[in-house]
Amino acid sequence: MTPLVIAFYAFAVTTIGGGLMTVLARNPVHSVLWLILAFLSSAGLFVLLGAEFVAMLLIIVYVGAVAVLFLFVVMMLDVDFAELKAEMARYMPLALLIGVVLLMQLAIAFGVWGFSDGVESRLAQPIGDAENTKQLGLIMYDQYFLIFQLAGLILLVAMIGAIVLTLRHRTDVKRQDVMTQMSRDPAKAMELKDVKPGQGL
Amino acid sequence: MLSQDLNTILPEIILSLFAMGALLGAVYTVKDKAATLLVWITSGLFVALAFWIGTVGEEATTAFNGMFVDDAFSRFAKVTILLAAAAVLIMSQEYMAKRDLLRFEYPILIALSVVGMMMMVSAGDLMSLYMGLELQSLALYVVASLRRDSVKSTEAGLKYFVLGALSSGLLLYGASLTYGFAGTTSFAGIIDATSDGVSLGLLFGLVFMSAGFAFKVSAAPFHMWTPDVYEGSPTPVTAFFATAPKVAAMGLFARVMHDAFGNSVSDWQQIVAFLSVISMFLGAIAAIGQTDIKRLMAYSSIAHMGFALMGLASGTAFGVQAMLVYLAIYVAMNIGTFAFILSLQKDGVPVTNIASLNMYSKREPLKALAMLILLFSLAGVPPMLGFFGKFYVLQAAYDAGLAWLAVAGVVASVIGAFYYLRIVFFMYFGAEQDEQLDRSGSPILWGFLVASAAVMILGVINLFGIEPLAEAASLALVN
Repeated sequence: MTPLVIAFYAFAVTTIGGGLMTVLARNPVHSVLWLILAFLSSAGLFVLLGAEFVAMLLIIVYVGAVAVLFLFVVMMLDVDFAELKAEMARYMPLALLIGVVLLMQLAIAFGVWGFSDGVESRLAQPIGDAENTKQLGLIMYDQYFLIFQLAGLILLVAMIGAIVLTLRHRTDVKRQDVMTQMSRDPAKAMELKDVKPGQGL
Repeated sequence: MLSQDLNTILPEIILSLFAMGALLGAVYTVKDKAATLLVWITSGLFVALAFWIGTVGEEATTAFNGMFVDDAFSRFAKVTILLAAAAVLIMSQEYMAKRDLLRFEYPILIALSVVGMMMMVSAGDLMSLYMGLELQSLALYVVASLRRDSVKSTEAGLKYFVLGALSSGLLLYGASLTYGFAGTTSFAGIIDATSDGVSLGLLFGLVFMSAGFAFKVSAAPFHMWTPDVYEGSPTPVTAFFATAPKVAAMGLFARVMHDAFGNSVSDWQQIVAFLSVISMFLGAIAAIGQTDIKRLMAYSSIAHMGFALMGLASGTAFGVQAMLVYLAIYVAMNIGTFAFILSLQKDGVPVTNIASLNMYSKREPLKALAMLILLFSLAGVPPMLGFFGKFYVLQAAYDAGLAWLAVAGVVASVIGAFYYLRIVFFMYFGAEQDEQLDRSGSPILWGFLVASAAVMILGVINLFGIEPLAEAASLALVN
């Protein structure tokens, strides 16, 4: 057992354990924390593969942004998880049966797994000796230019969609109008009253 | 190199730039003032692009290392998609404006989803396939729930989104298995890797991907979302769902099956044949009990996709040709039918109940006649164009040795004829009723209805010459 193998098993087991606990944890906040553990250990697996850029991306994007967003959603939305769980329990036996059957079928598929002939010649080859980030940069704007731009369009659609579905033009709120504010005439806006001592208005 | 590639995808670039420019311009105008104008400009651009793509030439080119394929097949599908989208946009404008739904984002989202569809039918790589598919789907999820204050519309969008995400997951899992076997994501590499047989693992990948595609074309048993989404979405959006995305998804299905798995036809033929036969029967039988015409059209589209899949199932070039002809006819029929459905209203409120059509022929004899022609065509009654579409796919299946599939198709078509003819019965011989539908209708919808009905009759002469085009398209795909 080399240290590399030990590290692989450590990360692999924590990833699977984290994933399992995400589903099983009763408290939704704990679920999110377990999810973060799963993300972190898969980042470790990427480092072992030599893909340090993807590993860092996983931590920054998934742990940093997505998981924190989940946490906010879980804490801020008033979702009755107990009710959802009860609903789930009704379908549990059938879901378990289907899951086990699928798992066994996939086990059969992986048991006889084979690669096509000449798979080595078709695999993507690393470009030169550059580090991860540079290599990604080289192919992202060149070989995968089309896909990169399409991903941008998808994000644009997601943004338009979020605005279309949530933006409401409310008429009953007061908005700040800077021009009216500044052009107010103090003589008309205020009325000075001379209040005599000992008397009210 | 890059300039050549960009030149190949110029129509897509123009459409995307237009969408972004329109978004920028519309943001600076008063709320939704520009929407009507944008609808007209967008559909004008669709038609212009369709003419351009249709006349660009014969040769097949690839761009971006084979990720994008521009051949006769993709051009045929793109012209159909663009024209269908333009027609539906023009039809929807008045309906949506009246119901306060015409927001300026609507034509922009439609334009972006059309970009996705054009990418889908041109995909030459599993990655560009997925990107096109997601671009298309994401825009469709949003327009499905455009009517935000209606529970049904929101439910439609949410259901579509969740089930769509599930099907994307299946598709991606299948794609990863395929990639694991072949070592490459390009279709050219996959067909090369499968030249001497398919392993069990790859077969799993093929099945998972087919399930994902079947969801997108709403073929049974992956059709569950269709009736609810069709019913809940605003009617113009339903009309859009029933036309352009179906062509794109079928085009994508055919492209993957022939371009990537063309060496293993016998492996996927049984899957597609199964999807075809179960869709035809489910669509025909489940539609019988429907009282809402939008739900009925949902089941009708499931059955029609079953027939189109029959063409694909035959696995031959003629089969693909039959599928393309069928899809073109299907789109033409659906545009007319939805023009009719959009014009149905009572006191200005849209009506989708079939029973409200009782004795419609007395009040609007011409409209009822046009609808009668369309319904006969949808059912596949001989003198109409719809019959020839069905005849084509049945012949393709028979020629490919799938006689049982052709027989099943005929039986399903006879069952399906019942519910189309039931509407005709209501329109001509139904019970008298006091509450009548509004008499007036917009001239645009009227025009589309009559034009579509006329196409169903006049097309019998030579199918408007789409036959040789479809043949060239199928020969470009199958070799």
